[in-house]
Amino acid sequence: MHHSDEIDPLLVHLQRDARLSPEALATMTGGDADEIARKISAWEESGAILGYHTVIDSSKAGGAAVRAHISVDLRPEDGHGFDRLAARIARFDEVKDCFLMSGGADLVVVVEGASLHEVAQFVAKKLSTMDGVERTMTAFQLGGYKQNGFLAGSGMDEDRLAITP
Amino acid sequence: MSESDPSSESENCVSDRISQIVRDIPRSGIRDFFELVQAKGDVISLGVGEPDFSTPWHIREAIIRSLERGQTSYTSNLGMPKLRELIAEYVESFFGVKYDAKEEVIITVGVSEALDLAFRALLDPGDEVIYHEPCYVSYSPTIVMAHGRPVPVATRPEDGFSLRASDVASAISEKTKVVVLNFPTNPTGAVQPLAELEAIARLIVKHDLFCITDEIYSELRYDIQTGDPHVSIASLPGMRERTILLHGFSKAYAMTGLRLGYACAPHAIVEAMMRIHQYSMLCAPITSQVGAIEALENGAGPVEEMRKSYEVRRNLFLQGMKEIGLPCFTPGGAFYAFPDIRKTGLSSAEFCVQLLEEENIAVVPGSAFGATGEGFVRCCYATAPDLLEKALDGIRRFVASRS
Repeated sequence: MHHSDEIDPLLVHLQRDARLSPEALATMTGGDADEIARKISAWEESGAILGYHTVIDSSKAGGAAVRAHISVDLRPEDGHGFDRLAARIARFDEVKDCFLMSGGADLVVVVEGASLHEVAQFVAKKLSTMDGVERTMTAFQLGGYKQNGFLAGSGMDEDRLAITP
Repeated sequence: MSESDPSSESENCVSDRISQIVRDIPRSGIRDFFELVQAKGDVISLGVGEPDFSTPWHIREAIIRSLERGQTSYTSNLGMPKLRELIAEYVESFFGVKYDAKEEVIITVGVSEALDLAFRALLDPGDEVIYHEPCYVSYSPTIVMAHGRPVPVATRPEDGFSLRASDVASAISEKTKVVVLNFPTNPTGAVQPLAELEAIARLIVKHDLFCITDEIYSELRYDIQTGDPHVSIASLPGMRERTILLHGFSKAYAMTGLRLGYACAPHAIVEAMMRIHQYSMLCAPITSQVGAIEALENGAGPVEEMRKSYEVRRNLFLQGMKEIGLPCFTPGGAFYAFPDIRKTGLSSAEFCVQLLEEENIAVVPGSAFGATGEGFVRCCYATAPDLLEKALDGIRRFVASRS
Protein backbone atom coordinates (compact mmCIF):
# COMPACT_ATOMS: atom_id res chain seq x y z
CA MET A 1 0.00 0.00 0.00
CA HIS A 2 1.28 3.44 -0.93
CA HIS A 3 1.71 5.87 1.96
CA SER A 4 2.27 9.57 1.56
CA ASP A 5 2.20 12.46 4.02
CA GLU A 6 -1.07 13.88 2.74
CA ILE A 7 -4.33 11.98 3.00
CA ASP A 8 -6.26 11.80 -0.28
CA PRO A 9 -8.89 14.62 -0.30
CA LEU A 10 -11.52 12.07 -1.34
CA LEU A 11 -11.01 10.27 1.96
CA VAL A 12 -11.38 13.56 3.84
CA HIS A 13 -14.73 14.18 2.12
CA LEU A 14 -15.89 10.61 2.82
CA GLN A 15 -14.82 10.80 6.43
CA ARG A 16 -17.06 13.84 6.85
CA ASP A 17 -19.95 12.39 4.86
CA ALA A 18 -19.82 8.75 3.83
CA ARG A 19 -23.04 9.09 1.82
CA LEU A 20 -21.33 11.03 -0.98
CA SER A 21 -21.64 9.17 -4.26
CA PRO A 22 -18.72 8.89 -6.70
CA GLU A 23 -20.67 11.27 -8.97
CA ALA A 24 -21.01 13.89 -6.23
CA LEU A 25 -17.34 13.50 -5.33
CA ALA A 26 -16.44 13.96 -9.00
CA THR A 27 -18.35 17.26 -9.14
CA MET A 28 -16.86 18.46 -5.87
CA THR A 29 -13.26 17.69 -6.68
CA GLY A 30 -13.31 18.02 -10.46
CA GLY A 31 -12.39 14.32 -10.90
CA ASP A 32 -13.84 11.44 -12.90
CA ALA A 33 -16.67 9.44 -11.27
CA ASP A 34 -15.53 6.03 -12.59
CA GLU A 35 -11.96 6.64 -11.51
CA ILE A 36 -13.20 7.71 -8.04
CA ALA A 37 -15.39 4.59 -7.74
CA ARG A 38 -12.35 2.44 -8.58
CA LYS A 39 -10.24 4.20 -5.95
CA ILE A 40 -12.92 3.71 -3.30
CA SER A 41 -13.18 -0.02 -4.10
CA ALA A 42 -9.41 -0.32 -3.83
CA TRP A 43 -9.44 1.38 -0.42
CA GLU A 44 -12.23 -0.91 0.75
CA GLU A 45 -10.27 -3.96 -0.38
CA SER A 46 -6.99 -2.87 1.18
CA GLY A 47 -8.69 -1.94 4.46
CA ALA A 48 -7.77 1.73 4.17
CA ILE A 49 -11.53 2.21 4.45
CA LEU A 50 -12.62 -0.06 7.31
CA GLY A 51 -16.31 0.72 7.15
CA TYR A 52 -19.05 3.34 7.11
CA HIS A 53 -21.25 4.32 9.99
CA THR A 54 -23.74 6.91 11.18
CA VAL A 55 -22.70 9.08 14.11
CA ILE A 56 -25.62 8.88 16.55
CA ASP A 57 -26.15 11.10 19.56
CA SER A 58 -27.85 8.55 21.80
CA SER A 59 -29.09 11.24 24.16
CA LYS A 60 -31.36 12.34 21.30
CA ALA A 61 -31.91 9.10 19.41
CA GLY A 62 -33.11 7.17 22.46
CA GLY A 63 -32.20 3.60 23.36
CA ALA A 64 -29.18 5.06 25.10
CA ALA A 65 -26.41 2.53 25.41
CA VAL A 66 -23.95 2.53 28.28
CA ARG A 67 -20.35 3.10 27.27
CA ALA A 68 -17.27 2.47 29.33
CA HIS A 69 -13.66 3.33 28.62
CA ILE A 70 -11.57 0.58 30.18
CA SER A 71 -7.86 0.87 30.73
CA VAL A 72 -6.34 -2.61 30.59
CA ASP A 73 -2.88 -3.74 31.73
CA LEU A 74 -1.60 -6.80 29.90
CA ARG A 75 1.19 -9.27 30.53
CA PRO A 76 3.16 -9.36 27.30
CA GLU A 77 3.63 -12.77 25.70
CA ASP A 78 6.89 -14.19 24.51
CA GLY A 79 7.26 -13.54 20.79
CA HIS A 80 3.87 -11.80 20.48
CA GLY A 81 4.01 -8.87 22.86
CA PHE A 82 0.49 -7.51 23.29
CA ASP A 83 -0.76 -8.27 19.79
CA ARG A 84 -2.36 -11.68 20.19
CA LEU A 85 -4.15 -10.83 23.43
CA ALA A 86 -5.28 -7.42 22.18
CA ALA A 87 -6.67 -8.98 19.01
CA ARG A 88 -8.62 -11.49 21.11
CA ILE A 89 -10.10 -8.72 23.21
CA ALA A 90 -11.01 -6.73 20.10
CA ARG A 91 -13.06 -9.64 18.76
CA PHE A 92 -15.76 -9.37 21.45
CA ASP A 93 -18.91 -7.77 20.02
CA GLU A 94 -19.19 -5.60 23.12
CA VAL A 95 -15.85 -3.98 22.27
CA LYS A 96 -16.33 -0.97 19.96
CA ASP A 97 -12.79 0.40 19.97
CA CYS A 98 -9.52 -1.10 21.09
CA PHE A 99 -6.24 0.81 20.99
CA LEU A 100 -2.70 0.12 22.13
CA MET A 101 -1.52 3.06 24.22
CA SER A 102 1.64 4.66 25.47
CA GLY A 103 1.89 5.80 29.07
CA GLY A 104 -0.20 4.23 31.89
CA ALA A 105 -2.34 1.35 30.69
CA ASP A 106 -1.41 -0.87 27.75
CA LEU A 107 -4.83 -0.89 26.10
CA VAL A 108 -7.84 1.36 26.08
CA VAL A 109 -10.98 -0.63 25.32
CA VAL A 110 -14.32 1.04 24.66
CA VAL A 111 -17.18 -1.24 25.59
CA GLU A 112 -20.85 -0.70 24.90
CA GLY A 113 -23.76 -2.47 26.55
CA ALA A 114 -27.49 -2.06 27.08
CA SER A 115 -27.08 -1.39 30.81
CA LEU A 116 -24.55 -0.73 33.51
CA HIS A 117 -25.05 -4.32 34.63
CA GLU A 118 -24.29 -5.71 31.20
CA VAL A 119 -21.02 -3.78 30.91
CA ALA A 120 -20.05 -4.72 34.46
CA GLN A 121 -20.74 -8.38 33.67
CA PHE A 122 -18.55 -8.18 30.58
CA VAL A 123 -15.66 -6.70 32.54
CA ALA A 124 -16.02 -9.06 35.49
CA LYS A 125 -16.71 -12.30 33.67
CA LYS A 126 -15.05 -11.99 30.29
CA LEU A 127 -12.35 -9.34 30.19
CA SER A 128 -10.69 -9.45 33.59
CA THR A 129 -10.65 -13.24 33.71
CA MET A 130 -8.64 -13.61 30.49
CA ASP A 131 -5.23 -15.06 30.99
CA GLY A 132 -2.76 -12.23 30.54
CA VAL A 133 -5.10 -9.44 31.67
CA GLU A 134 -3.45 -8.15 34.83
CA ARG A 135 -5.67 -5.25 35.79
CA THR A 136 -8.64 -3.27 34.48
CA MET A 137 -9.89 0.18 35.38
CA THR A 138 -13.38 0.99 34.14
CA ALA A 139 -14.64 4.53 33.60
CA PHE A 140 -18.26 4.96 32.55
CA GLN A 141 -19.06 7.66 30.04
CA LEU A 142 -21.41 10.22 31.61
CA GLY A 143 -22.16 12.47 28.66
CA GLY A 144 -20.93 13.58 25.28
CA TYR A 145 -19.79 16.88 23.84
CA LYS A 146 -18.16 15.78 20.60
CA GLN A 147 -18.26 12.54 18.69
CA ASN A 148 -16.20 11.64 15.62
CA GLY A 149 -15.56 15.31 14.93
CA PHE A 150 -19.21 16.34 15.32
CA LEU A 151 -20.22 18.64 18.16
CA ALA A 152 -23.20 17.38 20.12
CA GLY A 153 -26.13 19.72 20.71
CA SER A 154 -27.58 22.22 18.30
CA GLY A 155 -25.60 22.56 15.10
CA MET A 156 -25.86 26.32 14.75
CA ASP A 157 -24.53 28.44 17.56
CA GLU A 158 -25.62 31.83 16.26
CA ASP A 159 -28.17 33.49 14.00
CA ARG A 160 -27.17 34.89 10.67
CA LEU A 161 -28.99 37.51 8.65
CA ALA A 162 -30.47 36.16 5.42
CA ILE A 163 -29.22 39.01 3.25
CA THR A 164 -26.02 40.96 3.74
CA PRO A 165 -23.94 43.04 1.32
CA MET B 1 -51.40 59.42 7.92
CA SER B 2 -53.37 62.66 7.49
CA GLU B 3 -51.77 65.97 6.62
CA SER B 4 -52.82 67.43 9.93
CA ASP B 5 -51.06 64.77 11.97
CA PRO B 6 -48.57 66.86 13.96
CA SER B 7 -46.03 64.03 14.35
CA SER B 8 -45.96 63.41 10.61
CA GLU B 9 -45.60 67.13 9.94
CA SER B 10 -42.66 67.50 12.26
CA GLU B 11 -41.16 64.33 10.77
CA ASN B 12 -41.41 65.79 7.27
CA CYS B 13 -39.88 68.97 8.51
CA VAL B 14 -36.94 67.11 10.03
CA SER B 15 -36.36 64.92 6.99
CA ASP B 16 -36.22 68.07 4.82
CA ARG B 17 -33.40 69.32 6.96
CA ILE B 18 -31.26 66.18 6.72
CA SER B 19 -28.04 66.92 4.83
CA GLN B 20 -28.60 67.22 1.09
CA ILE B 21 -25.65 64.92 0.41
CA VAL B 22 -27.17 62.16 2.51
CA ARG B 23 -30.66 62.68 1.07
CA ASP B 24 -29.23 62.24 -2.41
CA ILE B 25 -27.68 58.87 -1.59
CA PRO B 26 -30.05 56.19 -2.86
CA ARG B 27 -31.25 53.48 -0.51
CA SER B 28 -29.27 50.29 -0.97
CA GLY B 29 -31.11 47.84 -3.24
CA ILE B 30 -29.91 45.12 -0.91
CA ARG B 31 -31.69 46.73 2.01
CA ASP B 32 -35.10 46.72 0.25
CA PHE B 33 -34.68 43.11 -0.66
CA PHE B 34 -33.49 42.26 2.84
CA GLU B 35 -36.78 43.51 4.25
CA LEU B 36 -38.76 41.33 1.84
CA VAL B 37 -36.73 38.29 2.89
CA GLN B 38 -37.05 39.09 6.61
CA ALA B 39 -40.83 39.19 6.26
CA LYS B 40 -40.77 35.64 4.96
CA GLY B 41 -39.76 32.84 7.29
CA ASP B 42 -37.84 29.67 6.55
CA VAL B 43 -35.85 30.92 3.59
CA ILE B 44 -32.87 29.11 2.09
CA SER B 45 -30.49 31.99 1.72
CA LEU B 46 -27.80 32.32 -0.89
CA GLY B 47 -28.01 36.01 -0.17
CA VAL B 48 -25.30 36.56 2.38
CA GLY B 49 -21.94 38.23 1.93
CA GLU B 50 -20.14 36.21 4.55
CA PRO B 51 -18.80 32.74 5.32
CA ASP B 52 -21.15 30.13 6.78
CA PHE B 53 -18.45 29.23 9.28
CA SER B 54 -18.22 30.75 12.71
CA THR B 55 -14.86 32.24 13.60
CA PRO B 56 -12.43 29.33 14.17
CA TRP B 57 -12.55 28.18 17.77
CA HIS B 58 -8.92 28.98 18.60
CA ILE B 59 -9.62 32.64 17.77
CA ARG B 60 -12.81 32.72 19.83
CA GLU B 61 -10.92 31.06 22.69
CA ALA B 62 -8.19 33.76 22.54
CA ILE B 63 -10.90 36.43 22.64
CA ILE B 64 -12.59 34.83 25.65
CA ARG B 65 -9.28 34.65 27.52
CA SER B 66 -8.52 38.28 26.84
CA LEU B 67 -11.95 39.26 28.19
CA GLU B 68 -11.34 37.12 31.28
CA ARG B 69 -8.08 39.00 31.81
CA GLY B 70 -9.99 42.26 31.57
CA GLN B 71 -8.38 43.43 28.34
CA THR B 72 -11.03 46.02 27.54
CA SER B 73 -9.17 49.30 27.20
CA TYR B 74 -8.42 51.62 24.28
CA THR B 75 -5.45 50.75 22.11
CA SER B 76 -3.11 53.06 20.22
CA ASN B 77 -4.99 54.92 17.46
CA LEU B 78 -3.12 52.96 14.83
CA GLY B 79 -3.86 49.66 16.59
CA MET B 80 -1.92 47.29 18.85
CA PRO B 81 1.79 47.36 17.95
CA LYS B 82 2.03 43.56 17.99
CA LEU B 83 -0.88 43.23 15.58
CA ARG B 84 0.64 45.82 13.24
CA GLU B 85 3.91 43.88 13.24
CA LEU B 86 2.09 40.63 12.46
CA ILE B 87 0.16 42.37 9.68
CA ALA B 88 3.34 43.78 8.16
CA GLU B 89 4.91 40.30 8.21
CA TYR B 90 1.82 38.72 6.72
CA VAL B 91 1.41 41.31 3.97
CA GLU B 92 5.05 40.91 3.04
CA SER B 93 4.80 37.13 2.82
CA PHE B 94 1.38 36.99 1.14
CA PHE B 95 1.48 39.99 -1.21
CA GLY B 96 5.25 40.49 -1.42
CA VAL B 97 5.09 44.15 -0.37
CA LYS B 98 7.03 45.47 2.63
CA TYR B 99 5.47 48.03 5.01
CA ASP B 100 6.84 49.56 8.20
CA ALA B 101 4.68 48.29 11.07
CA LYS B 102 5.17 51.51 13.04
CA GLU B 103 4.29 54.06 10.37
CA GLU B 104 2.61 52.41 7.41
CA VAL B 105 -0.13 50.23 8.90
CA ILE B 106 -3.43 51.36 10.42
CA ILE B 107 -6.00 49.03 11.94
CA THR B 108 -9.62 49.91 11.27
CA VAL B 109 -13.17 48.81 11.95
CA GLY B 110 -13.43 46.52 8.94
CA VAL B 111 -12.28 47.35 5.42
CA SER B 112 -15.40 49.53 5.19
CA GLU B 113 -13.94 52.07 7.60
CA ALA B 114 -10.53 51.86 5.92
CA LEU B 115 -12.17 52.59 2.57
CA ASP B 116 -13.99 55.60 4.01
CA LEU B 117 -10.78 56.90 5.59
CA ALA B 118 -8.88 56.38 2.34
CA PHE B 119 -11.39 58.38 0.27
CA ARG B 120 -11.61 61.14 2.86
CA ALA B 121 -7.83 61.29 3.11
CA LEU B 122 -7.29 61.52 -0.65
CA LEU B 123 -10.26 63.36 -2.16
CA ASP B 124 -10.97 67.04 -2.57
CA PRO B 125 -14.44 68.09 -3.76
CA GLY B 126 -14.96 67.12 -7.39
CA ASP B 127 -12.09 64.61 -7.60
CA GLU B 128 -13.06 61.59 -9.65
CA VAL B 129 -12.73 58.00 -8.54
CA ILE B 130 -12.74 55.17 -11.08
CA TYR B 131 -13.95 51.74 -9.96
CA HIS B 132 -15.20 48.64 -11.72
CA GLU B 133 -18.85 47.61 -11.70
CA PRO B 134 -20.67 45.43 -10.67
CA CYS B 135 -19.06 46.08 -7.32
CA TYR B 136 -19.51 46.17 -3.58
CA VAL B 137 -22.43 48.40 -2.63
CA SER B 138 -20.51 50.92 -0.57
CA TYR B 139 -18.01 52.27 -3.12
CA SER B 140 -20.19 54.88 -4.77
CA PRO B 141 -21.87 56.28 -1.60
CA THR B 142 -18.56 56.39 0.28
CA ILE B 143 -16.99 58.37 -2.56
CA VAL B 144 -19.96 60.76 -2.58
CA MET B 145 -19.78 61.26 1.18
CA ALA B 146 -16.11 62.18 0.75
CA HIS B 147 -17.24 64.80 -1.81
CA GLY B 148 -15.76 62.86 -4.70
CA ARG B 149 -17.38 61.91 -7.99
CA PRO B 150 -17.91 58.19 -8.66
CA VAL B 151 -16.91 57.05 -12.16
CA PRO B 152 -17.98 53.42 -12.58
CA VAL B 153 -16.41 51.40 -15.41
CA ALA B 154 -18.45 48.46 -16.62
CA THR B 155 -16.82 45.02 -16.67
CA ARG B 156 -18.14 42.44 -19.10
CA PRO B 157 -19.49 38.94 -18.65
CA GLU B 158 -17.44 37.77 -21.65
CA ASP B 159 -14.28 38.83 -19.75
CA GLY B 160 -15.39 36.98 -16.63
CA PHE B 161 -16.04 40.46 -15.14
CA SER B 162 -12.34 41.29 -15.08
CA LEU B 163 -11.32 44.87 -15.83
CA ARG B 164 -9.93 45.95 -19.20
CA ALA B 165 -7.12 48.48 -19.02
CA SER B 166 -8.49 50.10 -22.19
CA ASP B 167 -11.80 50.77 -20.39
CA VAL B 168 -9.92 52.36 -17.49
CA ALA B 169 -7.96 54.50 -19.98
CA SER B 170 -11.16 55.86 -21.53
CA ALA B 171 -12.54 56.77 -18.11
CA ILE B 172 -9.51 58.81 -17.04
CA SER B 173 -10.00 62.58 -17.09
CA GLU B 174 -7.92 65.45 -15.70
CA LYS B 175 -10.09 65.20 -12.56
CA THR B 176 -9.29 61.53 -11.93
CA LYS B 177 -7.44 60.99 -8.69
CA VAL B 178 -8.00 57.39 -7.62
CA VAL B 179 -8.61 53.97 -9.20
CA VAL B 180 -10.26 51.37 -6.95
CA LEU B 181 -9.73 47.67 -7.58
CA ASN B 182 -11.38 44.70 -5.86
CA PHE B 183 -10.22 41.28 -7.03
CA PRO B 184 -11.55 38.71 -6.28
CA THR B 185 -14.72 40.74 -6.64
CA ASN B 186 -17.91 40.92 -4.62
CA PRO B 187 -20.47 40.21 -6.24
CA THR B 188 -19.05 38.38 -9.26
CA GLY B 189 -16.16 36.30 -7.89
CA ALA B 190 -14.03 37.68 -10.74
CA VAL B 191 -10.24 37.57 -10.66
CA GLN B 192 -7.98 39.84 -12.71
CA PRO B 193 -5.60 38.48 -15.37
CA LEU B 194 -2.03 39.56 -14.63
CA ALA B 195 -1.42 41.21 -18.01
CA GLU B 196 -4.44 43.53 -17.62
CA LEU B 197 -3.45 44.30 -14.03
CA GLU B 198 0.03 45.30 -15.22
CA ALA B 199 -1.47 47.48 -17.96
CA ILE B 200 -3.70 49.21 -15.40
CA ALA B 201 -0.69 49.77 -13.13
CA ARG B 202 1.18 51.43 -16.01
CA LEU B 203 -1.82 53.71 -16.63
CA ILE B 204 -2.00 54.68 -12.97
CA VAL B 205 1.71 55.50 -12.91
CA LYS B 206 1.56 57.38 -16.22
CA HIS B 207 -1.34 59.58 -15.06
CA ASP B 208 0.11 59.95 -11.56
CA LEU B 209 -3.02 58.56 -9.84
CA PHE B 210 -3.57 56.79 -6.55
CA CYS B 211 -4.83 53.23 -6.31
CA ILE B 212 -6.98 51.71 -3.57
CA THR B 213 -6.93 47.94 -3.77
CA ASP B 214 -9.54 46.12 -1.71
CA GLU B 215 -7.94 42.73 -1.10
CA ILE B 216 -10.56 41.35 1.28
CA TYR B 217 -11.10 38.13 -0.72
CA SER B 218 -7.45 37.55 -1.69
CA GLU B 219 -7.00 34.31 0.27
CA LEU B 220 -10.11 32.81 -1.29
CA ARG B 221 -8.74 31.88 -4.72
CA TYR B 222 -9.60 28.67 -6.54
CA ASP B 223 -8.08 26.63 -9.35
CA ILE B 224 -4.74 27.85 -8.04
CA GLN B 225 -2.87 24.90 -9.54
CA THR B 226 -4.03 25.97 -13.02
CA GLY B 227 -4.33 29.75 -12.76
CA ASP B 228 -2.05 32.63 -11.77
CA PRO B 229 -1.26 32.98 -8.08
CA HIS B 230 -2.89 36.04 -6.56
CA VAL B 231 -1.01 39.24 -7.40
CA SER B 232 -1.83 42.56 -5.75
CA ILE B 233 -1.32 45.69 -7.80
CA ALA B 234 0.63 47.07 -4.81
CA SER B 235 3.47 44.69 -5.70
CA LEU B 236 3.83 45.92 -9.31
CA PRO B 237 6.57 48.38 -10.35
CA GLY B 238 5.98 51.98 -9.29
CA MET B 239 2.79 51.14 -7.40
CA ARG B 240 3.74 50.79 -3.75
CA GLU B 241 4.20 54.55 -3.24
CA ARG B 242 0.77 55.34 -4.71
CA THR B 243 -1.32 52.42 -3.43
CA ILE B 244 -3.46 51.91 -0.35
CA LEU B 245 -3.74 48.20 0.25
CA LEU B 246 -6.90 47.36 2.17
CA HIS B 247 -7.40 44.03 3.81
CA GLY B 248 -9.12 42.50 6.81
CA PHE B 249 -10.13 39.43 8.73
CA SER B 250 -13.83 39.15 7.87
CA LYS B 251 -13.78 36.77 4.95
CA ALA B 252 -10.69 34.56 5.21
CA TYR B 253 -10.98 34.09 8.98
CA ALA B 254 -14.79 34.21 9.11
CA MET B 255 -14.75 37.23 11.44
CA THR B 256 -17.33 39.51 9.73
CA GLY B 257 -19.12 40.64 12.89
CA LEU B 258 -15.85 41.33 14.70
CA ARG B 259 -15.28 44.19 12.23
CA LEU B 260 -11.54 44.27 11.79
CA GLY B 261 -9.63 45.55 8.80
CA TYR B 262 -6.46 47.43 8.02
CA ALA B 263 -4.76 49.65 5.51
CA CYS B 264 -1.13 49.56 4.43
CA ALA B 265 0.18 52.61 2.60
CA PRO B 266 3.05 55.08 2.54
CA HIS B 267 3.47 56.97 5.81
CA ALA B 268 1.95 60.26 4.61
CA ILE B 269 -1.29 58.53 3.62
CA VAL B 270 -1.53 56.44 6.78
CA GLU B 271 -0.89 59.58 8.81
CA ALA B 272 -3.75 61.36 6.98
CA MET B 273 -6.09 58.41 7.50
CA MET B 274 -5.10 58.28 11.16
CA ARG B 275 -6.02 61.93 11.60
CA ILE B 276 -9.63 61.13 10.63
CA HIS B 277 -9.73 57.79 12.43
CA GLN B 278 -8.51 59.25 15.77
CA TYR B 279 -11.36 61.76 15.90
CA SER B 280 -14.10 59.41 14.66
CA MET B 281 -13.36 55.82 15.66
CA LEU B 282 -10.42 56.43 18.00
CA CYS B 283 -9.31 52.82 17.67
CA ALA B 284 -10.62 49.47 16.51
CA PRO B 285 -12.12 47.34 19.33
CA ILE B 286 -9.37 45.72 21.38
CA THR B 287 -11.29 42.43 21.58
CA SER B 288 -11.26 42.07 17.82
CA GLN B 289 -7.60 43.06 17.65
CA VAL B 290 -6.75 40.27 20.10
CA GLY B 291 -8.66 37.83 17.91
CA ALA B 292 -6.77 39.07 14.86
CA ILE B 293 -3.42 38.45 16.57
CA GLU B 294 -4.43 34.86 17.20
CA ALA B 295 -5.71 34.58 13.61
CA LEU B 296 -2.38 35.67 12.15
CA GLU B 297 -0.30 33.59 14.54
CA ASN B 298 -2.21 30.32 14.24
CA GLY B 299 -4.94 30.68 11.64
CA ALA B 300 -3.36 29.51 8.40
CA GLY B 301 -4.63 25.94 8.75
CA PRO B 302 -8.30 26.81 9.30
CA VAL B 303 -8.20 29.37 6.45
CA GLU B 304 -6.97 26.71 4.03
CA GLU B 305 -9.63 24.26 5.28
CA MET B 306 -12.36 26.85 4.69
CA ARG B 307 -10.95 27.75 1.28
CA LYS B 308 -11.06 24.12 0.20
CA SER B 309 -14.60 23.82 1.46
CA TYR B 310 -15.73 26.86 -0.57
CA GLU B 311 -14.05 25.47 -3.66
CA VAL B 312 -15.95 22.19 -3.34
CA ARG B 313 -19.25 24.03 -2.98
CA ARG B 314 -18.41 26.35 -5.87
CA ASN B 315 -17.97 23.26 -8.04
CA LEU B 316 -21.32 21.83 -6.87
CA PHE B 317 -23.07 25.12 -7.57
CA LEU B 318 -21.53 25.56 -11.03
CA GLN B 319 -22.47 21.99 -11.97
CA GLY B 320 -26.03 22.82 -10.86
CA MET B 321 -26.10 25.98 -12.99
CA LYS B 322 -24.88 23.96 -15.98
CA GLU B 323 -27.65 21.39 -15.51
CA ILE B 324 -30.25 24.12 -15.04
CA GLY B 325 -29.01 25.90 -18.15
CA LEU B 326 -28.20 29.29 -16.62
CA PRO B 327 -24.94 30.59 -18.12
CA CYS B 328 -22.40 31.24 -15.37
CA PHE B 329 -18.70 31.96 -15.79
CA THR B 330 -16.34 30.12 -13.44
CA PRO B 331 -15.55 32.53 -10.59
CA GLY B 332 -11.90 32.29 -9.57
CA GLY B 333 -12.35 33.65 -6.06
CA ALA B 334 -14.53 34.88 -3.17
CA PHE B 335 -17.64 32.77 -2.49
CA TYR B 336 -20.04 34.15 -5.05
CA ALA B 337 -21.32 32.99 -8.40
CA PHE B 338 -23.00 35.46 -10.74
CA PRO B 339 -25.25 33.57 -13.13
CA ASP B 340 -26.87 35.24 -16.14
CA ILE B 341 -30.65 35.02 -15.77
CA ARG B 342 -31.63 36.94 -18.92
CA LYS B 343 -33.03 33.85 -20.66
CA THR B 344 -35.90 33.81 -18.13
CA GLY B 345 -37.09 37.13 -19.55
CA LEU B 346 -37.14 38.60 -16.05
CA SER B 347 -35.22 41.55 -14.67
CA SER B 348 -32.86 40.60 -11.86
CA ALA B 349 -35.15 42.18 -9.27
CA GLU B 350 -38.19 40.31 -10.67
CA PHE B 351 -36.22 37.07 -10.70
CA CYS B 352 -35.24 37.47 -7.04
CA VAL B 353 -38.68 38.51 -5.79
CA GLN B 354 -40.48 35.72 -7.67
CA LEU B 355 -37.90 33.09 -6.68
CA LEU B 356 -38.38 34.15 -3.07
CA GLU B 357 -42.18 34.03 -3.32
CA GLU B 358 -42.41 30.71 -5.14
CA GLU B 359 -39.46 28.72 -3.82
CA ASN B 360 -38.43 30.47 -0.59
CA ILE B 361 -34.92 30.94 -1.91
CA ALA B 362 -33.04 34.21 -1.50
CA VAL B 363 -30.46 35.40 -4.02
CA VAL B 364 -29.50 39.04 -4.54
CA PRO B 365 -30.39 41.06 -7.68
CA GLY B 366 -27.28 41.94 -9.67
CA SER B 367 -28.67 45.44 -10.10
CA ALA B 368 -28.00 46.08 -6.39
CA PHE B 369 -24.30 46.13 -7.34
CA GLY B 370 -24.65 48.76 -10.05
CA ALA B 371 -26.58 49.10 -13.29
CA THR B 372 -24.19 46.74 -15.08
CA GLY B 373 -25.28 43.93 -12.76
CA GLU B 374 -28.74 43.92 -14.34
CA GLY B 375 -29.55 40.55 -15.88
CA PHE B 376 -27.52 38.69 -13.25
CA VAL B 377 -28.04 37.53 -9.68
CA ARG B 378 -25.50 37.06 -6.92
CA CYS B 379 -25.54 33.63 -5.32
CA CYS B 380 -23.39 33.01 -2.27
CA TYR B 381 -22.54 29.31 -2.30
CA ALA B 382 -21.03 29.43 1.22
CA THR B 383 -23.90 27.42 2.63
CA ALA B 384 -24.32 23.79 3.74
CA PRO B 385 -24.15 21.34 0.78
CA ASP B 386 -27.60 19.87 1.51
CA LEU B 387 -29.14 23.37 1.52
CA LEU B 388 -27.23 24.17 -1.65
CA GLU B 389 -28.77 21.09 -3.29
CA LYS B 390 -32.23 22.17 -2.14
CA ALA B 391 -31.63 25.66 -3.47
CA LEU B 392 -30.50 24.27 -6.83
CA ASP B 393 -33.65 22.11 -7.01
CA GLY B 394 -35.78 25.18 -6.37
CA ILE B 395 -33.95 27.31 -8.94
CA ARG B 396 -34.28 24.43 -11.44
CA ARG B 397 -38.07 24.31 -10.99
CA PHE B 398 -38.30 28.08 -11.14
CA VAL B 399 -36.23 28.47 -14.31
CA ALA B 400 -38.05 25.56 -16.01
CA SER B 401 -41.39 27.25 -15.33
CA ARG B 402 -40.14 30.44 -16.99
CA SER B 403 -38.65 28.88 -20.13
